Amino acid sequence: MFPPRFAYQAPRSLEEAISLLGSSGDYAKVLAGGQSLVPMMKLRFASPDVIIDINNLPGLDYHRAGPDGSFHVGALARHADLEWSSLLGQTQPTMAAAAPLIADPLVRNRGTLVGSLCHADPQGDWAAVMIALKGQVVAQGPAGRRTIDMKDFVTGPFETALAHDEIAVEAVVPPAQGARKGGYLKLERRVGDFATCGAAVALETGPAGDVIKAGIALCGVGGATIDAVDAADALIGQPLGPAVIDTAASLAAGAANPGSDHRGSADYKRHMVHTFVTRLLTSPNAALDASMRTAA
Amino acid sequence: MTETQQRPRALDEVKIGGMGASRKRVEDDRFIRGKGRYVDDIVLPGMLHMEILRSPLPHARINGIDTSRAWQIPGVRLVLTGEMLATRNLAWMPTLSYDTQAVLATDKVRFQGQEVAAVIADDPYIAKDACDAIEVDYEPLPPIVNPRQAVEPDAPVIRDDKQDSNVIYDWEAGDQAGTDQAFAQADLVSKIELHYPRSHPSPIECCGSVADFNRATGKLTVYMTTQAPHIIRAAVAMVAELPEQNIRIVSPDIGGGFGNKVPIYPGYVVSILASILLEVPVKWIEDKTGNLISTGFARDVYLRGELALKRDGTILGMRMHTDADHGAFFADAQPSKFKIGLMHSTFAAYDVPYAHLTARGMYTNKAPGGVAYRCSFRVTEAMFFQERMIQAAAGDLGMDQAEFRRRNFVKDDDFPHRTPLGFLTDSGQYAKCLDVGLKAIDYDNFRREQAEARKRGRLLGLGISTMTEPLGAGNSREYDILGIKMFDSAELRVHMSGKAIVRTGARTQGQGHETTWAQIVAHELGIPAEDITVEEGDTDTAPFGMGTYASRSTPVAGAAVSMAARKVRAKARRLAAHLLEVSEEDVEWELGRFYVRSAPHQGVTIQECSMAAYSNMPDGMEPGLESVAYYDPPNLTWPFAVYIATVEVDPDTGVWDVLKVVAVDDCGVRINPMIVEGQIMGGLTEAYAMASMQFITYDADGNCVGSNYMDYLLPTAWETPGFELHSEVVTPCPHHPLGAKGIGECAAVGGPAAFVNAVMDAVAGPGAPGEGVRNIDMPLLPDRVWEALHQRRDISGAPPVRTDA
Repeated sequence: MFPPRFAYQAPRSLEEAISLLGSSGDYAKVLAGGQSLVPMMKLRFASPDVIIDINNLPGLDYHRAGPDGSFHVGALARHADLEWSSLLGQTQPTMAAAAPLIADPLVRNRGTLVGSLCHADPQGDWAAVMIALKGQVVAQGPAGRRTIDMKDFVTGPFETALAHDEIAVEAVVPPAQGARKGGYLKLERRVGDFATCGAAVALETGPAGDVIKAGIALCGVGGATIDAVDAADALIGQPLGPAVIDTAASLAAGAANPGSDHRGSADYKRHMVHTFVTRLLTSPNAALDASMRTAA
Repeated sequence: MTETQQRPRALDEVKIGGMGASRKRVEDDRFIRGKGRYVDDIVLPGMLHMEILRSPLPHARINGIDTSRAWQIPGVRLVLTGEMLATRNLAWMPTLSYDTQAVLATDKVRFQGQEVAAVIADDPYIAKDACDAIEVDYEPLPPIVNPRQAVEPDAPVIRDDKQDSNVIYDWEAGDQAGTDQAFAQADLVSKIELHYPRSHPSPIECCGSVADFNRATGKLTVYMTTQAPHIIRAAVAMVAELPEQNIRIVSPDIGGGFGNKVPIYPGYVVSILASILLEVPVKWIEDKTGNLISTGFARDVYLRGELALKRDGTILGMRMHTDADHGAFFADAQPSKFKIGLMHSTFAAYDVPYAHLTARGMYTNKAPGGVAYRCSFRVTEAMFFQERMIQAAAGDLGMDQAEFRRRNFVKDDDFPHRTPLGFLTDSGQYAKCLDVGLKAIDYDNFRREQAEARKRGRLLGLGISTMTEPLGAGNSREYDILGIKMFDSAELRVHMSGKAIVRTGARTQGQGHETTWAQIVAHELGIPAEDITVEEGDTDTAPFGMGTYASRSTPVAGAAVSMAARKVRAKARRLAAHLLEVSEEDVEWELGRFYVRSAPHQGVTIQECSMAAYSNMPDGMEPGLESVAYYDPPNLTWPFAVYIATVEVDPDTGVWDVLKVVAVDDCGVRINPMIVEGQIMGGLTEAYAMASMQFITYDADGNCVGSNYMDYLLPTAWETPGFELHSEVVTPCPHHPLGAKGIGECAAVGGPAAFVNAVMDAVAGPGAPGEGVRNIDMPLLPDRVWEALHQRRDISGAPPVRTDA
């Protein structure tokens, strides 16, 4: 496993990093955790000319709640930071359920949430979570900062809306209008496996228990992360009862577009979407139990 | 000489680290400190690096190879192709199964990942870049990915270099007429068809070699990842036509083998040739994908099995047909004279009067070199098939799974027992082991819980696997590699101070020889184990032996250690008589000490005898205290095991969790019980892996699925269940000097059926929602279990893997 030759830069400031990106020609890659990029380089699936290592940039390794109730994850916050965060468990049930299911402990110690969003793997967990939460990515380039909605951020498999001289510096979850509920379930063959099928549900409920905001997103079951908009919309204004749950689960399964492969048939994967969405809506916060790794 | 009048206290054998001591593994000291020395740690002056270019296609004619761009890259020293090897008659090499295998492809490539060219360069990065710069003109041919495709009338011929069909052999064993008659008399015939999927031993350390040819001395030294260094030396002598005394094979620390490091691979051969051509050391280190897609795989056998049964549960006869997928070259690393290895050891634990086995082997466009992975040459398939057939038969009869087995076991007083397919088993207490297992799993209680749970829609299952297997190749009558008989050897040198060094022809790769062999010497001589060094793996120093695989080290090399120590003890006795000034007949032995029979307080220790061997030997006695023993076992050893697993299946998802696993292993006398338990736990982990997640498959285009750890899954501590081990039953091996039997492979061989039988019981047992489903192929991935439940049909996992196309 020997990657092709590449140049390596380790800037000390964000401005320097952006300027290096701007001057690095066609194929520069930003290195944060490197948990996807480095293996791809070793397999020679990716051969960037320049690696810009952002690990020396100050002030990006945070996750925090904003004064308005929004939630912010910096570009160098590791999966493990989120996994062990008490803040997350109290305020962000969908993220808290997903964090311990990302890959394995070694990957979680180095990999980052923002890096995972930028990698835009259709099987990636965080993209589904952030789409369900209607989150955003803050990108910084030579012209300053801009905010990109998650639904617009991923433009295709392994492709994002970032310009070549932009760095994603933060992921943001907007403030909740109601009580937050939600979870994430993932079918994997073994710990550390990519999702055969993953489902993220993020709900906000009013005082009467009716759903005022909903997001459902899927990974592993199509060529990109799937935003199951119709399934989520079916929940709005309703209390969570068996009939509406079944409707939403069926719509989510319909939104999935899986292929048949060694992980299972398309029918099975669609069925798993139905099962996961049903389970997540039936007991929205139960998935926080990390032992539900395989939805048993 | 001991001068006290009191007889000294007898040595405590466990305290000196002898037999039965759960002594901590001495080799682990260096491994856990990161001080192991593996092939890749070896750096020689002026050493170059080799990289292999592999075929992206499974089957294609090679119209040309253009290496000119590779030669132009600075730092490239040599680019080798099959055509260049052919000029030295080295494009093909013999396999251990009397076939030939391409070293570097000349006419065609025959599997994805086949070795096509090699680059030797100043560093591995340059070598890899240069491989990428080689242009190969391939003309694609249709690929074959299973043995059924291989025998279709219009199937392309894979080995058009030597024959006009894809059939390698048609082999049989047993009594066909008798078996036909048994089936004619049956009340019921139970049938099952299934596929044991292809898996891979997948040691964490891949294969590699550092070849160092010195033109001045004529000496070739090869450091390499091999479980059998002496076999390699013999093979290199034949292939490279170098004098055997000028070849030194060194197997340094090995990062796992599991059978993967028995065969001879093209990478080794090319690195040796490159070193001879360039006259500098050449290092080749395989990457993980190379290891998974081109080296010795395991299994990939299709079964059609039938049992002739009487209503009362008696087995009258057994019929089995197997089709084995050998890949592009018949390169099984197996030393028996039987084409399908020891498949016919199946049903050895059961009293079956008539049996007939037919076995066919086929070429396919897949990697060659089977029968590895903790398996004595297809014993794994034999026992899995047996236990799946037994489960299906008990189900067809409506009999209890435990009772059906007990009824048909070979009984304790029936030994020696000739199995229906020709083996001789010699010892065991099968029913007693089963009883221990049933009690440990609380069998009756579980069956009640299972029935209760089913009423509430929960699917619990229990699976039993019971088997005896032949471990410890040889004897030399039936086992050889390239004509070399399957014995093993040990050399023991006791130094003046009573410390000692043992060398054997085996090669440890996790089995703990450095610990266990010292314990055998401690047992035989009373020298504390910590005073004994064990060394293996260097053909210049180790006595000739056949290496470590097939659970053969303790049965064969361990026996040789024992015999070598007994020779030393015999000489020490003469030294003792001399020191005690009595005749040899008056000398008695107790652990670590000789004494005068009539005066037990007068004695000499083994250490005092050692000193005398170099300083005070009697007139006419040869100085020194050393011995060499070669041991040819009279039979294989036959351990017996019971594995029972309980599971719960989630009917909505097909996901299953293991509730409990009980293992009862009767492997005879245990030298180091802790190491034995480690072997059993490792084997059960691999059994769980194969049952639940692990396989290599191919799509219809011949692409390998499972060529890296993203898809070839090794279970972690997270999903691996706990194991409850039992060692209550001990039936010593009647012919091994210490009563020990092989153990290394038992759990990996017998374990898979316990898990599969448990899931099948939950899904398709009496009254279960999938009743009528006879089989789900391993690995029992959730989608397969779910499909079996909801579609109520057998689920095949045979390649080609399904896709949308």
